[in-house]
Amino acid sequence: MTRTRSDDLQAKRQEAMGVLSHCQTAEIARHLDDVAVPDHEQLRAPEDGLVMLRGRIGGDGAPFNLSEATVSRAAVRLGSGEVGFGYVLGRDGAKAQLIALCDALIQSPCYAATIETQVLPPLRARVAAERKRKAEETAATKVDFYTLVRGEG
Amino acid sequence: MYVAVKGGERAIENAHRLLAHERRGDRSVPEVSLDQISNQLSLAVDRVMTEGSLYDRELASLAIKQARGDMIEAIFLLRAFRATLPRFGSSEPIDTAQMQVRRRVSSTFKDMPGGQVLGATFDYTHRLLDPALMGEASPEQPSVVAEAEPGVMPRVTDILGRDGLIEPSPVEDPEHQVGDITRDSLSFPADRDLRLQNLARGDEGYLLALGYSTQRGYGRNHPFAGEIRVGEVSVEFVPEDLGFAVPLGSITLTECQMVNQFKGSDTEAPCFTRGYGLAFGQSERKVMSMALVDRALRARELGEDVKAPAQDEEFVLSHSDNVQSTGFVEHLKLPHYVDFQSELGLLRKLRKEFAEANEAPTPMQEAAE
Repeated sequence: MTRTRSDDLQAKRQEAMGVLSHCQTAEIARHLDDVAVPDHEQLRAPEDGLVMLRGRIGGDGAPFNLSEATVSRAAVRLGSGEVGFGYVLGRDGAKAQLIALCDALIQSPCYAATIETQVLPPLRARVAAERKRKAEETAATKVDFYTLVRGEG
Repeated sequence: MYVAVKGGERAIENAHRLLAHERRGDRSVPEVSLDQISNQLSLAVDRVMTEGSLYDRELASLAIKQARGDMIEAIFLLRAFRATLPRFGSSEPIDTAQMQVRRRVSSTFKDMPGGQVLGATFDYTHRLLDPALMGEASPEQPSVVAEAEPGVMPRVTDILGRDGLIEPSPVEDPEHQVGDITRDSLSFPADRDLRLQNLARGDEGYLLALGYSTQRGYGRNHPFAGEIRVGEVSVEFVPEDLGFAVPLGSITLTECQMVNQFKGSDTEAPCFTRGYGLAFGQSERKVMSMALVDRALRARELGEDVKAPAQDEEFVLSHSDNVQSTGFVEHLKLPHYVDFQSELGLLRKLRKEFAEANEAPTPMQEAAE
C-alpha cells in the first residue's frame, strides 16, 4: 500500500518535472506568484554542470556516449521538511530553483493540490499546444511518393 | 619541437583590441544578437553544438559571434568551455523511437507506418538565390493539418528487423562500461561505442569526404538511406541524490539509419547490414556521412578486407577531430625560431660539404649568410 502511494507520488513528481522543464522561467514564476509559497531554504544553491547524453547504437542497441549537455540543478527544503529537486537542461539556475520548489510543494500535503490545480494545468496546456502546433505543421508536409513503371522495351 | 617565446605583450594586447573592433564591423550596422544567431543561423548553431560536443544553443551562438562566424574556432571555444564545468553524470540512453518527429524520410520504402514527412528541408528547392531575402522577408505562416497528433513513429530498421531482413543492433552488455573518449584516450582497435562517440564530434567536412569516398568505390558497401529523422526527444537523468529518472527537458536530434549490403554465412541467413549516425540539431549531412563511415569501419567485424582509407579506423579516428587538427596545423604559425635556426645550421653544413665535394662554391651560399 505504502509502496503504491510512493510510486504514485514519484510518477506525479516526474510528470511535473517533465512539464516544468519545457517551460520558460518567467512562465513558471508567474503561475507560482498566485500561490502563498511557505518558508523554505536552499538546500543546494543553483549550480551549472554537465550531463553526458547517451544514445544507442542503431537507435535500439548498446549505449554509447554521444556528447554532453549543460544542466542546472538546485535543491530546496520546505519548513515542513519536504525536499525538492530541480534538474534542467541549460544554465538557468533560477529555473532549476523554481522546479525544485514546485517539486517540494508537490510532496507537501498542504500544497500538492494547489500546485496540481493552479500551477501545472495552464503550463501543461501550453506545452501540449506547442507540441500540437508543431505536429500540425509537420503533418502538412507529409508526402505520397509514387513510382513510375518503366515502359516496355 | 616548439620552444616557448617571451615578449610582444603590448602588440598582442593591441591585436586583440583590433580583433574586437573588426569583429564588430561597421558600427553604424546593428550588432547581431545571440537570439538572432540561434534563430536565424540555427543550422550553424547545430553544427557548433555537435562538433563542440556540447548541447547549449545560447553558448554555441555566443561562440559563433565571438569567432566571427569561423565554425572551427567556435567549436574550439565551446570545447574549451565544457572543460570548466563539473559532470553530474550520464543520461539514460535516449530513445529515438519516442522522438516527436518533425521530419522523416526513407529512400527504401515509400509506404511505411507514419508515412514520410518532409518537414523543413532544402531538398527539392531549386538552389536559386532568393532576392526576397536581401531585404526583410516576411514569409507566409506554415500550412497546417488541423488536429494532427504528435508523430511518434517506428524506426524503419524496426520494421525490417521484424522479418530478420536486417541485422539486429548490438545488444547491451551490462558488464561493459560505456567507453568515453573525453575520459580515456583512444586506443586501437576501438569498440563501436568509442568509434561512434568519436564520429559524433568529428568534422562534418572530413566525414563527408570519407563517406563520399566509400560511395566512389573506396570501401564500397552499397548504402540506402533507410531512414533519416529529425525531431525532439526527451532526456532523462537519474541523479544520485534522488534515485529515480528525472526529465531534464527535450533536445533536437537527427538520426540516420543506413541500410547496406548483405552479410551471411553457411550458418546464418543473409541479411542487410547497417551503419548509424546521430547528431544534435538538424544535421542531416553529418549523420548520413557518419553512418557511411560507421559502416565502413565495421569492415574488420564483418570480415571484409580493410583496403580503403574509410575502413582504416586508426587513420579515420585519429584525424576526425577538427579541434585537434587545427591545433596542430595552426601551431605552425607560432614562432619556431630556435627550431628553424637549427635546421638552417644543418642545411648550411650540408651545403658546405656538398660544395667542398664538388670544389665549386655556389652563389647561394653567400646569399644565405
